Amino acid sequence: MSPESQPSAPAIEAPATIKTGAQIVVDTLVELGVETMFGYTGGVVLPLFDRLYDAPIRFIIPRHEQGGCHMADAYARASGKVGVVIATSGPGACNLTTGLGTAMMDSVPLVAITGQVRTDLIGNDAFQEADTTGITRPVTKYNSIVKDINDLERTVREAFHIASTGRPGPVLIDVPVDISVGKCKCNGKAAIDLPGYRIRTKGHARQISMAAEAINKAERPVLYVGGGVVSSNASEELQVLAEKAHLPVTMTLLGLGTFDQRRPESLDMLGMHGSAYANYAVQECDLLIAIGARFDDRVTGKVATFAPHAKVIHIDIDPSSISKNVQVDIPVVGDAKHILMELLKEIEYRERGPWFAKIAEWKKKHPFRYDKRAKTIKPQYVIDEICRQTKNEAVITTGVGQNQMWTAQFYKFVRPRQLISSGGLGTMGFGLPAAIGAQIARPDATVIDIDGDHSFNMTMTELATAVQYELPIKVCILNNGYMGMVRQWQELFYNRRYSCSYLKNPNYADVARALGAVGITVDKKEDVPKAVTQMLAEKQPCVVDFRVEREENVWPMVPAGKSLSDMDGLTILESMA
Amino acid sequence: MKHIISALVENKPGVLAHVAGMFAARGFNIDSLVVGRTEDPNLSRMTIVVIGDDRIVEQVRKQLARIIPVVKVQDFAGKAVVARDLMLINIAVPPEKRPEVFALIEMFRGHVVDIGQKSVMVEVSGPETKIEAFIDVCRPYGIKNVARTGTIAMSRQGTSGED
Ligand SMILES: Cc1ncc(C[n+]2csc(CCOP(=O)(O)OP(=O)(O)O)c2C)c(N)n1
Ligand SMILES: [Mg+2]
Repeated sequence: MSPESQPSAPAIEAPATIKTGAQIVVDTLVELGVETMFGYTGGVVLPLFDRLYDAPIRFIIPRHEQGGCHMADAYARASGKVGVVIATSGPGACNLTTGLGTAMMDSVPLVAITGQVRTDLIGNDAFQEADTTGITRPVTKYNSIVKDINDLERTVREAFHIASTGRPGPVLIDVPVDISVGKCKCNGKAAIDLPGYRIRTKGHARQISMAAEAINKAERPVLYVGGGVVSSNASEELQVLAEKAHLPVTMTLLGLGTFDQRRPESLDMLGMHGSAYANYAVQECDLLIAIGARFDDRVTGKVATFAPHAKVIHIDIDPSSISKNVQVDIPVVGDAKHILMELLKEIEYRERGPWFAKIAEWKKKHPFRYDKRAKTIKPQYVIDEICRQTKNEAVITTGVGQNQMWTAQFYKFVRPRQLISSGGLGTMGFGLPAAIGAQIARPDATVIDIDGDHSFNMTMTELATAVQYELPIKVCILNNGYMGMVRQWQELFYNRRYSCSYLKNPNYADVARALGAVGITVDKKEDVPKAVTQMLAEKQPCVVDFRVEREENVWPMVPAGKSLSDMDGLTILESMA
Repeated sequence: MKHIISALVENKPGVLAHVAGMFAARGFNIDSLVVGRTEDPNLSRMTIVVIGDDRIVEQVRKQLARIIPVVKVQDFAGKAVVARDLMLINIAVPPEKRPEVFALIEMFRGHVVDIGQKSVMVEVSGPETKIEAFIDVCRPYGIKNVARTGTIAMSRQGTSGED
């Protein structure tokens, strides 16, 4: 739905019909184009599930509401549509919170519908009562409880509108059971009424001209691109801008895929575990053009010394992102796609030979590397091999930790919505349910969860969901036995005292088989290519347990609070050349 | 520095919790927060006094505007504005001291709203500085109780009037 298209009152009143609340919800979902939903049943949502029983909506039942919420989230990230998840009151709603927080931090359009106890019981500590709107307020873009059935249809429409427009985000609607079973006259045309919700789509013309002028003049510019370019479907415009103006492009974790990483202008990811060449370029640039990115601390390092020589342009739809962490010189508030299209009209090509020569030198000196001569399975090698065999075209989800950072470093993404990873909240356990959601959104794509052993442990029960719905997802566990990222910090900053970062793992291939999936164990380096080939050929969910080098570290690394150019590990990387 | 921020919000349940929660979550300091009805039954006005430098207050303003039921946000800093507090104050006053206290009340254009055996309750309204000054002059007698509304404010159209 475009931001401006708030449905207005129909010219001719449609004939009113009497509907139950549950009917209103489900009919409105269908009318809004919802084809797939995720969720879990329970007492107070029974009326809703009864209506869903014969609705034209595909329903996916996870094994845990958190999994369902991640599935809906990844479905949204992979497709660009709104993800929908439903849960019962009390424990069901509480189980959604991690998923809502994940979607909130990464600005994912999601609508969550929760059941609630009867309105006359609210506040009485009724069975399975929780203050759902209270609990979820900080992890949603908006939420509301419907206490009058006459508000229900409008509230559902508003939820989709809010979730999908502006800076997208999760919206929760809490529906007491008496509202679901109640009846009211309804004409299926309730108009949205949100006087406090206005979105600026078009950028200010003068600001755009100022930005264009700064770009045309810059000698050492860098484009710094985040997930906002994905949300706004502006990847094509971004590529044109980079070509037309001749600009190097670095991306955040969530921005990966917006610019083809095989192109020479790509500086890959920046930040704590970003490339040395991206970090150096940011620190030396004279103009930083941020688009749909929010200057997160994992990206900026020490803010006071971030991009010290740069004038900063910031294009973002959320005015509150501007100058929140880093002072911006030329803010342009609006939708990235619109703004880029306007900006392109005023952009001129500039060679910037010395700048690109310098970047080429950094790239040559400090590529992402690992020890290819090692006898053990290096986790980076597994990702390299997956990237090679899938020809850069797979949809990849990740866990959190080293597995996630290596994926960002070694898989070279070529299109938006290809990497689905929990960036802002850093939610372990996201990878597997996310792969399920992504596979449902993209049935023909190869979907691979590149996961950590302990991240996988958190939600591995969802493998049963993948089996039930016959989804050919692949799970590659980079099994180092450790909470690797935690262990790395303990190695570097806590005297190798590996406190509580080790767990005894099950045999994942056995677990996979017990749940009805294919399980493969790989403990020899030479078996890696064959295992990847076999995995890619599988039609069933397939788990590959790669027993990787246990104490491998992610390099380079900007220690927390240090400047971006203060990277550790560069000499270690050079020694692997 | 203190800023007076005025927010017009939809009169819906949960709005106050949302605004208060946002302040707590982002670590902004509230000096006072007043909510009241407006001429439109669908809208309430929140007047929030925040302490912070310009950058923080700019974030406060943006984060408030981001809350969906918040319809309009204004920062009164640097603008011509009428700002008022209302206070009820209960002062320990024995009968023999009444005349001098009443003279003070007169000076501050307060009203006596209740008289007890040993106390006087006074209503005073005005700019915060005046309220604080009145509290100071009452201190020597002994203050039993103070209730203050917090600041409400409106921008000036003309130029006449007090302060
Ligand atoms: C739900 C959750 N709990 C705790 C953390 C903190 N944490 C970050 S990375 C990490 C270890 C991850 O281990 P694993 O999944 O095995 O990945 P590895 O780093 O070994 O690749 C932990 C505990 C987190 N990000 N998410
Ligand atoms: Mg691990």
